[in-house]
Amino acid sequence: MPLVPLLAIGLMLGPVAAGLWGTVLPAFGQMRVIGEFESPLEPFRILFNWAGLPKAVTLSITTGIGATAISLMIVSLLMAGWSGTRQFRLIERMLSPLLSVPHAAAAFGFAFLVAPSGWLSRMISPVLTGWDRPPDVLIVQDPAGLAMMLGLIIKEVPFLLLMSIAALSQSQAQSSITIAQALGYGRVTGWLKTVFPRVYHQIRLPVYVVLAYSMSVVDVALILGPNTPASLSVQIVKWMSDPDLQMRAVAAAGALIQLALVIGALAFWRITEIIAAYLGQRWITAGGRGKCDSIIGVFALFSAFVAALAIILGLLILTIWSFAGFWGFPEALPDQLTFRNWARHGPGAWQAFGETALIASVVSGIALLLSIGCLEAEHRHNVQFTRRTVWLIYLPLLVPQTAFLPGIQSLMLGIGAETGRLPVMIAHLVFVFPYVFLSLSDPYRAWDIRYATVASALGATPNRILFRIRLPMLLRPVLTAVAVGMAVSVGQYLPTLLIGGGRIETLTTEAVALASGADRRAIGVFGLMQTGAALLPFALVLIVPNILWRQRRGLRHG
Amino acid sequence: MKHLAVLAALLAPVSALADVNPTDWDEVVAQASGQTVYWNAWGGSTTTNEFIAWVGERVAAEYGVTLEHVKLTDTADAVTRVISEKQAGQDDDGAIDMIWINGANFAAMKEADLLFGPYAEELPNWALVDTEGKTVQTDFTVPVEGYESPWAMAQVVFVHNTATMPDPLGSMQALQEWAQANPGRFSYPQPPDFLGTTFLKQVLVDILDDPSVLAAPATDETYAQVTAPLWAYLDALTPNLWREGKAYPATGTAMFPLITDGEIDLSISFSPGAASTAIANFELPDTVRTFVLDKGTIGNASFVAIPYNSGSKEGAMVVANFLMSPEAQARAQDPAILGYGTVLNMAALSEQERAVFDNLELGIATLSPAELGQVQDEPHPSWMTRIADDWVARYGVAQ
Amino acid sequence: MDKGLFLRNLEIFTKHDRLISVTHDIAPGEVLTVMGPSGVGKSTLLAGVIGTLSPDFRMVGEIWLDGVNITLLPPRLRKIGIMFQDDLLFPHLSVGQNLAFGLKPGGTRADRAAKVTAALNEVGLEGFEARDPATLSGGQKARVALMRMLLSEPSALLLDEAFSRLDATLRAQVRDLVFQRAKDRNLPVLMVTHDVEDARAACGPIIDLGRQSGSV
Repeated sequence: MPLVPLLAIGLMLGPVAAGLWGTVLPAFGQMRVIGEFESPLEPFRILFNWAGLPKAVTLSITTGIGATAISLMIVSLLMAGWSGTRQFRLIERMLSPLLSVPHAAAAFGFAFLVAPSGWLSRMISPVLTGWDRPPDVLIVQDPAGLAMMLGLIIKEVPFLLLMSIAALSQSQAQSSITIAQALGYGRVTGWLKTVFPRVYHQIRLPVYVVLAYSMSVVDVALILGPNTPASLSVQIVKWMSDPDLQMRAVAAAGALIQLALVIGALAFWRITEIIAAYLGQRWITAGGRGKCDSIIGVFALFSAFVAALAIILGLLILTIWSFAGFWGFPEALPDQLTFRNWARHGPGAWQAFGETALIASVVSGIALLLSIGCLEAEHRHNVQFTRRTVWLIYLPLLVPQTAFLPGIQSLMLGIGAETGRLPVMIAHLVFVFPYVFLSLSDPYRAWDIRYATVASALGATPNRILFRIRLPMLLRPVLTAVAVGMAVSVGQYLPTLLIGGGRIETLTTEAVALASGADRRAIGVFGLMQTGAALLPFALVLIVPNILWRQRRGLRHG
Repeated sequence: MKHLAVLAALLAPVSALADVNPTDWDEVVAQASGQTVYWNAWGGSTTTNEFIAWVGERVAAEYGVTLEHVKLTDTADAVTRVISEKQAGQDDDGAIDMIWINGANFAAMKEADLLFGPYAEELPNWALVDTEGKTVQTDFTVPVEGYESPWAMAQVVFVHNTATMPDPLGSMQALQEWAQANPGRFSYPQPPDFLGTTFLKQVLVDILDDPSVLAAPATDETYAQVTAPLWAYLDALTPNLWREGKAYPATGTAMFPLITDGEIDLSISFSPGAASTAIANFELPDTVRTFVLDKGTIGNASFVAIPYNSGSKEGAMVVANFLMSPEAQARAQDPAILGYGTVLNMAALSEQERAVFDNLELGIATLSPAELGQVQDEPHPSWMTRIADDWVARYGVAQ
Repeated sequence: MDKGLFLRNLEIFTKHDRLISVTHDIAPGEVLTVMGPSGVGKSTLLAGVIGTLSPDFRMVGEIWLDGVNITLLPPRLRKIGIMFQDDLLFPHLSVGQNLAFGLKPGGTRADRAAKVTAALNEVGLEGFEARDPATLSGGQKARVALMRMLLSEPSALLLDEAFSRLDATLRAQVRDLVFQRAKDRNLPVLMVTHDVEDARAACGPIIDLGRQSGSV
């Protein structure tokens, strides 16, 4: 087996395996660094004695499964009702750039929008509501985690939609739906019966990623989630920072519970898939043509539109807050706009921007090299990537971050490794590489291999073909992959916080740290900068190839 | 030979420690130049962050010390880190050179021998500190013994919006009654946030007939009996809190926007000048004022401590000393900057230095030292830890 | 004396079956036409000859070109040019750069530019050096693709349905041009097609894989 794929898999799975090891040891009281316990099960005993555990576990399950199921439903019904139409292209165009908006910024924007004192409430008050004070209702940080779930949904809908669109292009959907409609099926019903099974088969792993992520997310939970108690992952991070070091063992035990929850939820989801497939087949053969298709379609379009609008308005309200002078309730806009907030927080934000950009560029650069190395090895050595290798690539995204990152931190302490930028970059790579690889692999493999045949018949070496022909022709997907990698890196909270030992200040760690202080002006500045850092590379993807290839019509539209 | 090598390895960290001598200040200053000090301090307040950045500029210019502010969401993070470094045998050049600390975190670190010192009383500016009138030699009743140096005084004040709540309250009982009449208009940060826990202690100190029992460590017998009135008080208060106590603000500053938006009328702060500073930064309306209770309120000092395994102890001492300088203290007290109380003894200052303090415009919402009244002592840290744990079990995990 | 492309007992197998079996010597200037319905393995044969056979197949036998056994050589050292039904001009390079890519390394910049210009002139594309390939007509693209291949000075030529995308008039024109250049340069040509006109125009031996049905 060639070197690069082995290296890539090692760099990706090594930290995950090591981190899980560093979690298992203290969870059973077996890590000297974290103190001695009377019995190996002591950390679990303490964990099970924590009164908040049942609710924290329930939160993790309900918000995770709820966010995943609802996002998948919106995306499926949207595609069922509208794919191929003008409205669909509009939604797609609205949602695509929103994919790269970091979770934290989206969550802040959402909170500023829907809180009782949020912008929506301000815009209709007091004229429509009669409120001169925000209503005392629990909207953000509600104990059931609904705000957190909605905050996740608005971010997962764009992700699943773009994944589905990619899958759709490989499944000759349009002809199927035409045939189904000719047979008298409604659009939605026909699509669900003929196209959905094929699309779902392709997006199954991304759906699992969404499920695992939503169950164990920390930054969104810190911003939108409840605190009485917090979700399990947030509590794990809190225990990790308890002055009583033994609580880290409890955190490790909690991390294993979190891991078990995610595995259990994935199993549950898989079983549901099988049941749904069985019921679905009966539904398909029953021959129903669909009665409320148009209502369902309108509902799905509306939901997707609201999701897109929530992020866009969220970014707008972040912008307004970043320039706001005094702004009391129920004023719809601040008393005055000022540059003072930017003058105060701008320098700090720029410094964090530099750190963020440095980490993101280096990590996505390395991820790109590894991805090209893997894909080129696949091409040159005919290493067939089986279903199992695809799983390997998804694996780091399926293991909850809270299950293995604390373990890495403990292990690093155990071997006396310095925290700092380099370990943070390695930790980022674990999450960035899969996305860069997945983003690049389809266009890379779809590249017409006969170009390589022609070039080698012209006497070109494999390296010359790679650098002179293949990569230049794939410039746009290559840059897109880098941009995807950078957006992923920019958004990383937990790896930066835990592996950086608090010394590495990126826009994301700074922004999330501001959540507890609730200084909305500072949050506005940092949230916007964070979004900008994630979006800027995509803007370059749009511009650079058009400049470079301005005289090459065949490459201008990717 | 083998034994010698082991011995040398064992001695190595000790000898590294022995190199630093706080009494030779000239040598400390000389060594400090070029060092980088990682100051782990709570980073949730932008005004504090700006003050620390200013300290960094000053010590860089004057002493060649590079100050990096590691922004914590919880001081316990830093404590954890030092503990784990010690367990891992990382006995020199640890990640942390200085911690903003007090109370339980200090008690834990001191007890576990994780702190460098004694050094505080060797710092040149210690001579200016008001050791008589301010609680700078005990920290939550735990003797400091030079293992941390003070840099700011804090005292509980209540922050109210006079536009919607014109009159101050005189006692915790009055607060209870007011909350009953005005449900949903008060909240406090969620314990174990230090300000939230302070609110609980403030309740306890105010409703107990004799709070002196709190000076001794809590025992199983005293704890249940002494805190019973507190839980009765909170059981009655909670349904009348903002969001009926189903959610709490994360920190003290998180309550500013709630006041600004009119969600609550009353909150609590541990910094007498913070409200004035927030007004200046548009974070509070200018109708906000502060008050203290008739019997006075809890006060304590903020300290900085140096972990035993810091690689830049000299640099950290230089920063600690600078924090106690009249220049830094006056800036910290300026409500336009930070609004923290000074630890200095005005009588020990030169006339010129004193004038800087006298000329400070304290701000419309800041009480004068006289108005702040009686400072009540913090209970022993064992109370705080148990009360916080109990609170979490009672209110922090259930609706 | 050994000039030409010789396929000696060339057999290609799938995992289970023998797909193709060919033994034929293609003399310089001769065109061997391989016909047969799709799926019979025509393109697989070309892949075997040029050296890009997928690992799903196994090939035995030998391929000799101008007296050299090239069976195990990597594609770039075989000196065999190939044309597909698509022109496959590199879209990021200009017409001139496409041609220069085919040119053997060496020579001064001016020499190389002169060769490119001469090649364009030869097929009536004077002054096309800086053109974007995407702006060319189908016939022009085919001519550039042909000249790009010829500039690499191959010793044999493979045609994989090379004319099937062109309309009837153009098809005859381009076909005549390709055959003419191959004859001029004395190249052995192996052509895969399903078009009888192509086979007729080649005026050479024809192997019908459909009739051979893989077992003869």
